[in-house]
Amino acid sequence: MTETDTTLLPPERPDAALMLQMYESMVLIRRFEERAAEEYMKGHIGGFLHLAIGEEAAVVGSISALRPDDPITSTYREHGQALARGSDPKRVMAELFGRSTGICGGLGGSMHLMDVERHFYGGYGIVGGSIPLAVGLGFAISYREGDSVAMAMFGDGATNQGVLAESMNMAALWKLPVIFFVLNNHYGMGTAIDRASADTDLFKRAEAHGMPAKQLDGMSVLAVYRGVLEAARLAREERQPSMIEARAYRYRGHSMSDPDTTRADEEKERWEARDPLVTFERVLYGEGTLTAETAEAVRASVETQVEEAVAFADESPPVPEADLARHVYAHPWSEDPRGSAVVPR
Amino acid sequence: MSTKAASAPAASPGAAKPVSYREALTQAMREEMQRDPSVFLMGEDVGRYEGAFKVTRGLLREFGERRVVDTPISEAGFVGLGIGAAMAGLRPIVELMTVNFSIVAMDQIVNNAAKVRYMFGGQVACPLVVRMPGGAGHQLAAQHSHSLEAWFAHIPGLKVAAPATPFDAKGLLKAAIRDDDPVIFLESEGLYAKKGPVGGPDELVPFGRAAARRAGSDCTIVAISRMVWITLSAAEELAKEGIECEVIDPRTLRPLDIETLAASVRRTSRAVIVEEGWPECGVGANLAARLYEECFDDLDAPIARVSSADVPMPYAKNLEMAALPQPADVVAAVRRTLGAR
Repeated sequence: MTETDTTLLPPERPDAALMLQMYESMVLIRRFEERAAEEYMKGHIGGFLHLAIGEEAAVVGSISALRPDDPITSTYREHGQALARGSDPKRVMAELFGRSTGICGGLGGSMHLMDVERHFYGGYGIVGGSIPLAVGLGFAISYREGDSVAMAMFGDGATNQGVLAESMNMAALWKLPVIFFVLNNHYGMGTAIDRASADTDLFKRAEAHGMPAKQLDGMSVLAVYRGVLEAARLAREERQPSMIEARAYRYRGHSMSDPDTTRADEEKERWEARDPLVTFERVLYGEGTLTAETAEAVRASVETQVEEAVAFADESPPVPEADLARHVYAHPWSEDPRGSAVVPR
Repeated sequence: MSTKAASAPAASPGAAKPVSYREALTQAMREEMQRDPSVFLMGEDVGRYEGAFKVTRGLLREFGERRVVDTPISEAGFVGLGIGAAMAGLRPIVELMTVNFSIVAMDQIVNNAAKVRYMFGGQVACPLVVRMPGGAGHQLAAQHSHSLEAWFAHIPGLKVAAPATPFDAKGLLKAAIRDDDPVIFLESEGLYAKKGPVGGPDELVPFGRAAARRAGSDCTIVAISRMVWITLSAAEELAKEGIECEVIDPRTLRPLDIETLAASVRRTSRAVIVEEGWPECGVGANLAARLYEECFDDLDAPIARVSSADVPMPYAKNLEMAALPQPADVVAAVRRTLGAR
């Protein structure tokens, strides 16, 4: 059964300052991605651009429940993860533009953001492929007897990759501090979940590994926050890995190149009626944390940040071609940028 | 002889007794684990069972279960785990029971290990070693007899070592463990019992330095891993007829010491390449292309290649022998090369 209850009590309930920060983060992700889509249409962003519009509650709720030093991994739909972790929107936008000032120096692009200083261990382009990496981050925490927690963030599509079962088994077997966070947006590209998964209750996958799991309303930032807070406590204090399924929806197609013609309008409208930003605003207004004035201030601040990010990216220099082979190895053997990066000269 | 090519190294004072290739690898891991607490070992049956080929003998007893980890049969999972741990600053040695099972983990090796440094702009390193024995010769048939050097050597971001001697097995593995990049360490099942001298605790064999295994002026033979020994016995055969071959072992395929290979070919004007893998798009094909680029004008004959037959490995002993490179094949290739004089 999906937990939708948002009447949180302390200490589960974030304080007013954190609630506002979460709200601002969600607004930032929404506006950042809307602007990124515009820049993509203008041809300023290449490759694939996967937008998480509609998924902001799942992204922000989960990351806000972690400590800043808890490492996370993600998929190729990860602009929000970087922004929620506090990465500079300027450098994230510059990465999408493929510029030298990008957060990965223009080598990664939209699908491969990383901000290791903020313990964001990256976006990865192969479905499911980053999950064992998070288990490795958890292994390293355990090996060093640290008290942080690793979170693998992946989509519903990844639950049908074998490496998820392998990863969950190892995490459970070795009692590693790992959270398996599946953001179920109900589609693997264009294929609806009930056409890809025999059992669409994805959290049940944990049961096979003796791992606790919860299915949450991924449109409710507070429900996600509370679920991940408990998962983090389990991992941190009891070395008990667990799984969280957050049920959400992406409003746009799989990527900017997806015309999104197969999903029913009625379905989209049903989800959009429960928009995570609007829902959260209502909660915040209701308790007086947010006023029309502060909401306007947040929107204005976000607008400025996003416009500055676009301007910064647009004005940033291209990546020097001399850097073509710079990061293939720790110590390049060759200055030849045309490859043979390890041929001794 | 090129100044870069190390000749067969003398035993170090600390390790005068010849040891097996297997024990040389164990020594490398034991010494590096003693030296650096961030080094740990994981893989199928590496702990209590002490390795399918006993390469990890004694390590669980000495280092305990925290640092010698028996894994489930989940190659993609635990190679990926190793990559994540390496990104966090540990130095995992991941043993795959054989190279054949690396195919299951290829996504992790190619898409993650080889890419994380580059695609994230140098923010993380991946100091991971994936050790695995390969090769055929034990009637293990089509799925357990692979030599996949070419697959790994194809990938920028990986380093690839293929030691032929106990000395190199130890020295290269120690260098691999200390390396900040992911290393695919290809051992040879057929060489585990091979004995020879090894270096001491601080003797590393650097990557990208070929070794001359035999001097000669008539023909250069480049031989990979176990093929070094097949080639040396062929060279002895040929020496009886007065044909002196120079045998060069690249030791690492990535980085590749093309200079030493090319210098030898320039002296002998002839080259034969011997590998255990398949001929199409193989290591030999690549080395031949590189040598043609480097020293086409010095060649007196087309470069010859000796490889396994272009078939899945058969089970029947006689067919397996026919599929694998034998000394007679190397002798024939050298004669062919010289006949074109």
